Amino acid sequence: MKLRSRLAPYVYILPALIIVLAFRTLPILSSFTASFTDYDIGGFHGFIGFDNYARMLSDARFWQSVVNTLYFVIGVVPAGIIIPLFLAILLRGKLAGKSFYRTIYFLPVVTSAVAISVVWAWLYNPEAGPINQIITLFGGEPLLWLREPRGVFEMLLSPLGIHPRGILAGPSLALVSLMIVSVWKSTGYNTVLFLAGLENIPGTYYEAAKLDGAGTWGTFRNITWPLLSPTTYYVLIMSTIISFKTFALVYVMTPPPGGGPLGTTNVIVFYLFQKAFDRFDIGYASAISVFLFLVLLSLTVIQRKIAGRKVHYGS
Amino acid sequence: MTARTLALNTTKHFFLILGGIVMLLPFLWMVNTSLQQGGFGNFVEAWTKVPFGRYFINTLIVTVLTVSGVLVTSCLAAYSFATMRYRGRDMLFLLFLSTMMVPQPVYLAPSYVILSKLGWINTYLALIVPWTANVFSIFLLRQHFRTIPISLYEAAILDGCSRLKYLWKVVLPLSKSVIITVLLFNIIGSWNSFMWPLVVTHSENLRVLQVGLSYFNQEQSSNFHLLMAASTFSTMPLIILFIAAQKRIVASYSRSGIKD
Repeated sequence: MKLRSRLAPYVYILPALIIVLAFRTLPILSSFTASFTDYDIGGFHGFIGFDNYARMLSDARFWQSVVNTLYFVIGVVPAGIIIPLFLAILLRGKLAGKSFYRTIYFLPVVTSAVAISVVWAWLYNPEAGPINQIITLFGGEPLLWLREPRGVFEMLLSPLGIHPRGILAGPSLALVSLMIVSVWKSTGYNTVLFLAGLENIPGTYYEAAKLDGAGTWGTFRNITWPLLSPTTYYVLIMSTIISFKTFALVYVMTPPPGGGPLGTTNVIVFYLFQKAFDRFDIGYASAISVFLFLVLLSLTVIQRKIAGRKVHYGS
Repeated sequence: MTARTLALNTTKHFFLILGGIVMLLPFLWMVNTSLQQGGFGNFVEAWTKVPFGRYFINTLIVTVLTVSGVLVTSCLAAYSFATMRYRGRDMLFLLFLSTMMVPQPVYLAPSYVILSKLGWINTYLALIVPWTANVFSIFLLRQHFRTIPISLYEAAILDGCSRLKYLWKVVLPLSKSVIITVLLFNIIGSWNSFMWPLVVTHSENLRVLQVGLSYFNQEQSSNFHLLMAASTFSTMPLIILFIAAQKRIVASYSRSGIKD
């Protein structure tokens, strides 16, 4: 009886524990181990030290995926904060139709990334898609969107006779098209988070600011922004992680084998997927996984350090 | 209402409606395109061209079994973490939480190897079993279970109430709202999951909706009417669920985002 009651707590955890150990902890640890092996389609032969990591350094496609991912994160994360914050400020307080707006903004959040990608690929279609039809209706030049490998800065500046090359050409229009969809999909979620954050700020602060004669910008700068910082920080970290993990949008809208026109939408998880499951290069794919994990971990640590100074967790 | 507030509200609604149009337009275009050239026939053609019925059933099986599994394992684990006192509890909880730090793509390749060693590749087991525990759900439930006074638990046990009975009769009825949150999160997550089923299944009769739609998209890449019809019926179940439970879903998402 005594033993039974001492074991009981563990029995309750057991089902979850087995799954977590077998399908989370074990593969996580294995990805570290596998990154030091030559595990590939021919099976496992032995440990090869840091060879997979050395291979990453000289793999141009890998670096392309890193640069593309950085473009993606740098483009999506700020837009995913500014637009939702603006919408949340508009929605704050009593407003007719508030829950209606919120519902509509939230629709893309619960819809599958695959279906959304299929729909947006149609919207972007250069020949018959609605976006180009609207552009030509207003007398503009139709664009190639998801099939355009040229960098957006190059496209913007070339009429002026400036031709930026390489990294200065910027992300391809194809990649920017994917970023737009990503921002569109996450706007509702971030808006709801910001709205909850805003409504946690006591109204007395705003009344005091009003009495002091603070303007709209002053109120935002001195009250809203600092008091909202825990939410902003959370949204920042979540969107960064989600952007780094982007896969379905790339896979469906710019399907394999390419990863977009000239590989310009080849992001890190897409590349990892190709190495692991098209080539079955498990050792090398694991090294890329470890790299991805370390990048995300260090970003979280850095953001936490900065947040420690800037984020206001006051009462 | 002063002229100033009226002007302010009008400006607000102007931007909010603009935002709403941007959010809705892709959906409207989807439905609109699906009904052009062939009308409802597009739906019939898309549905019969590839076995979408099969994909629906697969998705339904996977979602129902996964979510049921999550509910059982999570409630049991969260109950243990929240109310019982024993050696190694906090360490075990940390072990669980640590797995949340690692995004799924990082361990996808080794997961595949593990599943193939188990002989589970291309089976329902691979689609379901690894996802029948969800650490985030355990975390949410534990946070809630902890708000129920522990003295109540200790008194009940002393009176001879069994642990399982206490969970069933006291804890769960007091946690309906958080259980619904967990339920909705997992239904949405399971229904929409894509990368995992894409990797662990190969045969057509095991395809879930998302994987089926993605292949359909590659095969029919220029047949927009069929593609939009397929997108419409694939998204409909969740859109209906969302509209039916939108207040709860939005509140769940917004609550889960705020960390203690």
